[in-house]
Amino acid sequence: MNDVANKVNSDAKTVEHHIPQTLPRFSATFDPHTMAEIRRAAATGIYDIRGAGSKRKLPHFDDLLFLGASVSRYPLEGYREKCGTDVVLGTRYAKKPIYLKTPVTIAGMSFGSLSGPAKEALGRGATAAGTSTTTGDGGMTPEERGHSTMLVYQYLPSRYGMNPDDLRKADAIEVVIGQGAKPGGGGMLFGQKITERVAKMRCLPVGVDQRSSCRHPDWTGPDDLEIKIAEIREITDWEKPIYVKIGATRPYFDVALAVKAGADVVVLDGMQGGTAATQEVFIEHVGIPILAAIRPAVKALQDLGVYRNGKNSVQLIVSGGIRNGADVAKAIALGADAVAIGTAALIALGDNEPHLEAEYNKLGTTAGAYDDWHLGQDPAGITTQDPELMKRLDPVAAGHRLANYISVMTMEAQVVARACGKSHLHNLEPEDLVALTVEASAMAKVPLAGTDWIPGVSKY
Amino acid sequence: MESLKYNLDVTPLRELNQFLHSNPSELDGKTIEISNPNGAHNIAVGLKADVNVTIQGHAGYYAAGMNQIAHVVIEGSAGSGVAENMMSGRVHVKGFASNAAGATSQGGLLIIDGDAGLRCAIALKGADVVVGGSVGSFTAFMAQAGNLVVLGNAGDALGDSIYEANIFVRGSVKSLGSDCIEKPMDEERRQILVDLLAKSGHASISPECFKRFGSARTLYNFKVDNAGAY
Repeated sequence: MNDVANKVNSDAKTVEHHIPQTLPRFSATFDPHTMAEIRRAAATGIYDIRGAGSKRKLPHFDDLLFLGASVSRYPLEGYREKCGTDVVLGTRYAKKPIYLKTPVTIAGMSFGSLSGPAKEALGRGATAAGTSTTTGDGGMTPEERGHSTMLVYQYLPSRYGMNPDDLRKADAIEVVIGQGAKPGGGGMLFGQKITERVAKMRCLPVGVDQRSSCRHPDWTGPDDLEIKIAEIREITDWEKPIYVKIGATRPYFDVALAVKAGADVVVLDGMQGGTAATQEVFIEHVGIPILAAIRPAVKALQDLGVYRNGKNSVQLIVSGGIRNGADVAKAIALGADAVAIGTAALIALGDNEPHLEAEYNKLGTTAGAYDDWHLGQDPAGITTQDPELMKRLDPVAAGHRLANYISVMTMEAQVVARACGKSHLHNLEPEDLVALTVEASAMAKVPLAGTDWIPGVSKY
Repeated sequence: MESLKYNLDVTPLRELNQFLHSNPSELDGKTIEISNPNGAHNIAVGLKADVNVTIQGHAGYYAAGMNQIAHVVIEGSAGSGVAENMMSGRVHVKGFASNAAGATSQGGLLIIDGDAGLRCAIALKGADVVVGGSVGSFTAFMAQAGNLVVLGNAGDALGDSIYEANIFVRGSVKSLGSDCIEKPMDEERRQILVDLLAKSGHASISPECFKRFGSARTLYNFKVDNAGAY
């Protein structure tokens, strides 16, 4: 229109005056990221694969606030009055439940996706902090078992490296149905990371692209899962807690079925939870944020009479975007017994650090945004199997950083809990929370701040 | 040889399995007979001793699951996942086996005298499996290593996405899965087949009656041109 108007004006040689120009405007729909992805897809003919979890802005714990104590509630003294942080997991059936000093656990990440030194650092850090760490696809390494006081052994669809001797060495067993980054998806580990050691552990040829299955090979559906859990209990003589890990999709029904199948602990992972390698479309478009998943999961436990019901309790661990003590406290206030961190733990080890900016630039990215974890070129030596790169990670120093970070998260959660007058983190409750947005209010089922309105629960 | 008898009508399965997990020094060389199994699940799972266990009837899911060292005979038929993730030893099913027989097994020998259901030897990781009868569809799906011998026929999608495992079939194959092809019977494979026939009580059957199948290896590294195969 402007061009036409200009032409008409200049042709008519009417009064000259300044014609305002519109600013170049990017489409909100076809933003630069979207256009770059269209061009990349057009050039390669293959979907984009990357690591980490959902990167889009989602309703999250930041959309909740604690009310704290005032005249109507009584706070606890910050440094003088105790605020407990311990957690017991696996009380329902296991002869040897897990005792943790902090509700912050380390999520399952495989040797293969992570380097040996990174796995060792996770074990060291978790052990120093009094918490558990978790294996991943590809089996248990001696380094990891050796450096972890409490080690959860994942039982995955691929069964790579699955060994009954390791099952007996584990402190708990986690039957993995899915994860938040890709509920309904299987594992991926590309040729670059299938080194001789990784290949041997997984019984694969060196250098192949490993695309592991999304369904377990020897059971289908919840009735079979019940028999499978019973088999693992029989093999381990009912000693070890059995967790069931699910990606957040239909949390009420999935948690109910996991409890029915005999889980001691349910691990619920939201879409912000990380992955070593998954299609971008899967990460960003399948599954729900953890904020929306906790209350339905807790409701399922309550309806089945296993929520904080003494020995007959099934504990809930939630994960997916847990970053600090406020997130920990909010997850617990919504009903979780513990949380798990993955991406945050890798950052504490040294992932995406600004001092490696020049090297990230060489890989076509920038510190903080690096997510091509599947390519095995991580300059921080964490998501790689390159012997030179992995030398850069000192497992002792990195483990110390992780222990510090978990300690800070735990203390932060205590600060919040004491402010709310709670003598244990587990005494936090939804009543302590309000929401900043209508969306978060509906998802977390706590009132919009300053109102008593919860969309879907009460009338405005 | 000392023989111990357990009657599952009387003794709870938990008590039996706990006994079977005793220190191997107390179990080695013993024979254990289990009567009235009545299709119970998880019988004799997680064994790790040089024992001979006989299940005198039908077993449910995961019989002899994750077996190490032990020799287990199931005189009847077996439910899903018999000898799943076996590491070593030997499991012999005299009747039929249901789905996922020998799934992910890494070592040892699984013998099934009758037919096996769907997904037999799925994700096989190094064990040997010999089936006297026929196998159902999706047999040896993603089989990574080890050997599968089928004296009868195979169903649809045999060896789909197979890695380095060997499949030998005497009868017909309804269809092959993605990336699975017939391969020439070289001397090394012929010897594997001869040995397995001998070990499984089929020494009289000629290896010449079998065709060998394995991976075409076109899906080992992702190529856009193969996208239709996934």
